[in-house]
Amino acid sequence: MATAYHDDGRTGSYLVEGRTGPWELVIGLEVHAQVVSNSKLFSGAATEFGGEPNSQVSLVDAAMPGMLPVLNGECVRQAVRTGLALGATINRWSRFDRKNYFYADLPQGYQISQFQHPVVGEGAIEIETDEGEKVTVGIERIHLEQDAGKSIHDLSPDRSYVDLNRSGVALMEIVSKPDMRSPAQAGAYVSTLRAILRAVGSCDGNMQEGSMRADVNVSVRKAGEPFGTRCEIKNVNSIRFIQQAIVYEAKRQVEILEDGGSIQQETRLFDPDKGETRSLRSKEDAHDYRYFPEPDLLPLELTEEFIADCAASLPELPASKRARYESELGLSPYLAGVLTADADGSAWFEALLANSAARQAKTPAQVAEKAANWMTGDLFGALNKLGVEIAASPVTPAQGGELLALMADGTLSGPLAKQVFEIMLETREDPGAIAEARGLKQVSDTGALETAIAEVMAANADKVADYRGGKDKLFGFFVGQVMKASGGKANPAVVNELLKKALG
Amino acid sequence: MTALTDLSLAAMKAGLAAKDFTARELVAAHVAAVEAARPLNAFLVETPDHALAAADAADAALAAGNAGLLAGIPLGIKDLFCTKGVETTASSKILQGFKPTYESTVTSKLFEAGAAMLGKLNLDEFAMGSSNETSAYGPVVSPWRAEGSTAKLVPGGSSGGSSAAVAARLCAAATGTDTGGSIRQPAAFTGIAGIKPTYGRCSRWGVIAFASSLDQPGVLARDVTDNALVLEAMAGFDPKDSTSLNVPVPHYAGALSADLRGKRVGIPKEYRVEGMDPQLVKLWEDGVAWAKDAGAEIVEVSLPHTQEALPTYYIVAPAEASSNLARYDGVRYGIRVAPEGGSLADMYGATRAAGFGAEVKRRIMIGTYVLSAGYYDAYYLKAQKVRALIAQDFERAFQSCDVLLTPTAPTAAFELGSKTADPIAMYLNDVFTVPASLAGLPAMSIPAGLDAQGLPLGLQLIGRPLDEQGVLNAAYALEQRAAFTAALARWW
Amino acid sequence: MAVDDKMVARVAGLARLTLSAQEVPHLTAELNNILGWIDQLQAVETGDVQPMATVMPITRDWRADVVTDGAIQSDVLANAPEARHGFFAVPKVIE
Repeated sequence: MATAYHDDGRTGSYLVEGRTGPWELVIGLEVHAQVVSNSKLFSGAATEFGGEPNSQVSLVDAAMPGMLPVLNGECVRQAVRTGLALGATINRWSRFDRKNYFYADLPQGYQISQFQHPVVGEGAIEIETDEGEKVTVGIERIHLEQDAGKSIHDLSPDRSYVDLNRSGVALMEIVSKPDMRSPAQAGAYVSTLRAILRAVGSCDGNMQEGSMRADVNVSVRKAGEPFGTRCEIKNVNSIRFIQQAIVYEAKRQVEILEDGGSIQQETRLFDPDKGETRSLRSKEDAHDYRYFPEPDLLPLELTEEFIADCAASLPELPASKRARYESELGLSPYLAGVLTADADGSAWFEALLANSAARQAKTPAQVAEKAANWMTGDLFGALNKLGVEIAASPVTPAQGGELLALMADGTLSGPLAKQVFEIMLETREDPGAIAEARGLKQVSDTGALETAIAEVMAANADKVADYRGGKDKLFGFFVGQVMKASGGKANPAVVNELLKKALG
Repeated sequence: MTALTDLSLAAMKAGLAAKDFTARELVAAHVAAVEAARPLNAFLVETPDHALAAADAADAALAAGNAGLLAGIPLGIKDLFCTKGVETTASSKILQGFKPTYESTVTSKLFEAGAAMLGKLNLDEFAMGSSNETSAYGPVVSPWRAEGSTAKLVPGGSSGGSSAAVAARLCAAATGTDTGGSIRQPAAFTGIAGIKPTYGRCSRWGVIAFASSLDQPGVLARDVTDNALVLEAMAGFDPKDSTSLNVPVPHYAGALSADLRGKRVGIPKEYRVEGMDPQLVKLWEDGVAWAKDAGAEIVEVSLPHTQEALPTYYIVAPAEASSNLARYDGVRYGIRVAPEGGSLADMYGATRAAGFGAEVKRRIMIGTYVLSAGYYDAYYLKAQKVRALIAQDFERAFQSCDVLLTPTAPTAAFELGSKTADPIAMYLNDVFTVPASLAGLPAMSIPAGLDAQGLPLGLQLIGRPLDEQGVLNAAYALEQRAAFTAALARWW
Repeated sequence: MAVDDKMVARVAGLARLTLSAQEVPHLTAELNNILGWIDQLQAVETGDVQPMATVMPITRDWRADVVTDGAIQSDVLANAPEARHGFFAVPKVIE
């Protein structure tokens, strides 16, 4: 079989090998991102995670008779900022619609969403997979909508319990075009999108807490053929699960098609325990959401001034930050990528860099590589072990900068620095203070070292004679003995120099 | 001396100010009248304690010289307004026992102005009806009877409890809501005046929704002045209602003027429908003559899409209602019917089947159908386009006139049960009131005469957006010339 | 556009109204009567008319992003037919 080509001319990087030949995947994602806001999209109740059941619920969220929604301007601002960050069209006129369906955790009997006229239109983002494959993924639209409440099914044998704390929390639904062709691309898309949302500050991107979750649309086709019928896998809440669900679902669809069957367009659920997708609500009558314009709200009209203010408030985005790290700081593409993967990480790095450069009276570019290596190596390794995010790091960027400066001026050797860092993680003390108090400074004092050298030479007179007789290799032995005598704190360069002199 | 219940609201205010009587005496007389009028079934809930407490507060405020606009005035509240701690059902079984923990914006404003709530007034279920016969708690009987007859008549609807209570002198005024004529038609049927202000003038917060883009709270009272007083107290911007209008409320009553010189009164020719009752034609002509007499210039105008207003309304209103009524599901309030061992879906279906009456179900079905996939464009979208045309008709008409004059309803009040079998015949009651509702315009009905059977007939005035004052003034001029007196014999 | 019993049953399902077998044909007849009447709208020339988007052409400020509501669990649950442990309780949903 020849290489598969997409009808858009792209080469397929991932194919499912079936009995009848290779199949190509077509993947589109609808990412639901919780908007960072204090209060809900249409009520003044808090959005905080957790809390007693039904304690963050207003009468509006509980859909009491006669209650009316009032739009939270901050949610509009965040959606527009996100749209701008994705290079998307901002629609000056959009509108809210009601999506009508019955469910226990949907108190109004409809969800207020944007169906026909979303606030954000088309855009695109560049992604890069771990294998270095670069793809442009189109954004179809972003719309604002309310989250539903939560039903809990396992607290009673005969009852489901409904908690409306999440009811009415603002979500952005970010809909991609069906531009992805492999699980790796889908994963890269979600992590890139998450980095952008975090940089913008419009969503915390926390997938475990459900602040970000995806509906995954998957179909398969033979190369060059039109799109196949897709299935939608609802509410997948980790990148790994998204990828597993795609792999399973593609295989399932290929098997059905190769057995002569056809794909039913349906909603499916991913079961992470079994690693499979299964049909959801298939027996229920076909959905008919009866969308119509929400008469309790005015159309959403945006002024040029508002949009300009949103644009002016955007921080530097990960992609341009990464390019800058490479060009201005001379970092490798790998290091630049790791340090810009999330907003907290790059903020920490930039604080570290500034501090380190100031302490050493150097330019950021001169200290960048050492700082980047230390942060991605020592710091990330330690945080990983502790299981904490960079934002919760027990070591501050200023302390990191001090540590780097102590290494640069020779106060701490590599091994001593590691020792000091371990103590910093535990005690949160400054590195200089730790080195001072615990005597972990490198000893460069020639007087003290000369004494140590004299003692070592006196104790090993035979070896001194051998060395002087031509056994050059014994030099290493003397260095080791002196270092040992100093408790590892001697500056090896100084020891070398003094020894050479003493041994003659 | 005139009985306290026979006084107009303005006369009550004057009497209280002059200390001719106390608010407690005034309210107590009305509490007694409400109790004596139970055969009318106008009140679903009586709240004498609430009323008397407000009366005492009003007496104190009057003595202290800081009384509000409606201090001590006994009012009835349509049971579509949520009232804190007082059962509010919208005349539906599905809300039986529902006691809101909140007070609607409109009732809050009325209470702040010192009004005394006598109780909650009956209405058509969820305000869906034109005769008050769809109430789950029985129909309201009009205090009016045709000459020489004891047959029970409808008080109009949906604000039938409000119209009956005001006409029967049970309260000085009542709140109403108007979606397609629910204030104006019952006012016309019972010989009183009623105003539906501009859409957005009064807050809908805390008013149980029927059709959100049409619903508008308003007033039913004995005359134009009383309407002006109550409207002033209940209107105003409310940040809790996104469609509320952020404009100042004029002092309507103080600015009332019956001088129509320099004003143009438009007569829409399309309202002269074929087969119109000659008595109604005569009444309308009288109205024209009165307007001229008050100094107005009469101009004929055209509202070409008048005929399409009712079918448009019967798409838009049920569509919105089908969605607004989805929240009545037996989960958070109201009744719950859960079949033994049944699922959640079974509970929804059974609760709603048991809780909603026939007319509500009919409208939910129509509304669900016209929004469903494949029919949306043909029905809902089409209707919203025609609605835009209807609004444009009015805009054009108001280029050549200041206020429109039409009859309020095609007939006088009819007998209970005479139209319940034919929904469309019932819907046709609103043929003259629905167009202004679709365009969101202020409109008012005033009693203008009696038909051959001695039953009241009303004339309607429709104004430009936000021009309630223009509507009230024209109504005031006509009211003075119509010299309508309700010769209402108390039979209950 | 006329509806048949099957359509009426489907619409009732969407609206979560349980209908008895006798109610369906009755409602079918009623709905057809009403739909036949409102069908006269189809004859209106609407060309490129924009559907009405808002009754009064107003704009207004959005709500500020501050917490002003909530923490009223007892009010929220006050009218519930069944509430347990701070939750609304409903017949068990089997997913």
